[in-house]
Amino acid sequence: MINGFGIVWAERGLMLAGLANTLLLSVLAGICALLLGALLTPLLMHRAKPVARSVRVFVDAARCTPFLLFAYMVYYGLPSLGLRFDNWSAGLSALIVYHTAYMAEILRGAWAAQPRAPIEAGQAFGYHGLALFRRIVLPPLALASAPVVGNQLIQIIKDSAFLTIIALPELTHAASSIQSRHFVPFAAFITAVLLYWALCLVVEAGVSTVGRMAEARR
Amino acid sequence: MSTADVLAIFGGALTTLLLSAAGIALGLPIGLGLALLRWARVPLAGRAAAVYVSLLRATPLVTLVLLLFFALPNVGIAVGPIAAGVLALTMNTSAFNCEVWRASLMDFPKEQIEAAKSVGMRRALRFRRIVMPQIVRTSLPGLINEMSLLIKVTPVLAVVGVVDITRAAVRIGAETYEPLPPFFVAIAIYVPIVFALVSLQRWIERRQAIPT
Repeated sequence: MINGFGIVWAERGLMLAGLANTLLLSVLAGICALLLGALLTPLLMHRAKPVARSVRVFVDAARCTPFLLFAYMVYYGLPSLGLRFDNWSAGLSALIVYHTAYMAEILRGAWAAQPRAPIEAGQAFGYHGLALFRRIVLPPLALASAPVVGNQLIQIIKDSAFLTIIALPELTHAASSIQSRHFVPFAAFITAVLLYWALCLVVEAGVSTVGRMAEARR
Repeated sequence: MSTADVLAIFGGALTTLLLSAAGIALGLPIGLGLALLRWARVPLAGRAAAVYVSLLRATPLVTLVLLLFFALPNVGIAVGPIAAGVLALTMNTSAFNCEVWRASLMDFPKEQIEAAKSVGMRRALRFRRIVMPQIVRTSLPGLINEMSLLIKVTPVLAVVGVVDITRAAVRIGAETYEPLPPFFVAIAIYVPIVFALVSLQRWIERRQAIPT
């Protein structure tokens, strides 16, 4: 078994490349999904019923569909409609679109839970438009939604592992190929698990820092 | 896509449901056990449970099922795809269930336990008659939410050869060169199942919000 970890160490280049890809996928998908979700949130609460309802259908459908099935649809399904992706763009766009739905719902929930009074007070002090949003609405909203967004980021990291099935060379794929080359399943996959754990602990530490900031503001 | 193909996807649905049911049935009590270990601050075991939960919550199911499927035979435990799948699902969901149970336990009012002690109830009786009925109620929405998440990760078990809804759909798509129709059949099976669970969760939450 110790020998197995020796082999994984010898193949550390492959493992680290996988880790870098997982990190790249998760960070890109996290940022894009958050931004797109933020664009979708106002539509989700739009006064025009047809707009709100069609966005709601997308959000609910995504939240009822397994991510892997969604990724398969993008990778295998869309080419038959003439849209061809390589595994990188298919994997990344699947991650982004799928998690945009979750982010939109998270931000809507955080928005709905915000008290109205500070906004009205801000308006009374002459804030409006962008300044009102940036100075009055955004800070408490960002602090309130940070923990849930952090959880979603962990979910994105874990979902990125599913993309090993469409042969995207991320961390689990790296562990898989080391195991199939050298037959060291335990060492290879345990190393991958520990690396995922480390990533998630980093995200959790970030979330609790933001949480302390929110506590200090109060 | 022929009728036989649709039936094949429904066959996959049976596998998905059986695997999920097994994972839920095993994961609920194990999660409760872990939560109790942490709640009662059992030395060592409580700590071990905390590490287990933190680690398992961070581990993607694909990585876990690959680990179990390939590594267990190495230490002399023969596992097939189904056994590895059920084990992986159980480990995964028990970690999340533990957190749900533990949150309810932490919120449980201390006075009630003290009151139960003062009328001479022993630990086991206290737990069975006072604590358990109430934490089941408060944990229920969280546990149902976890069930819907569990169903959404089952397609991953295909990586070790389990033929579930998604796997069956992919296979038919590859055979007929028309991947989209089987995927839509698959979605048409998943969405009602997950949606039913989510609605059930919301309904329970709304009912519990009404003060009785």
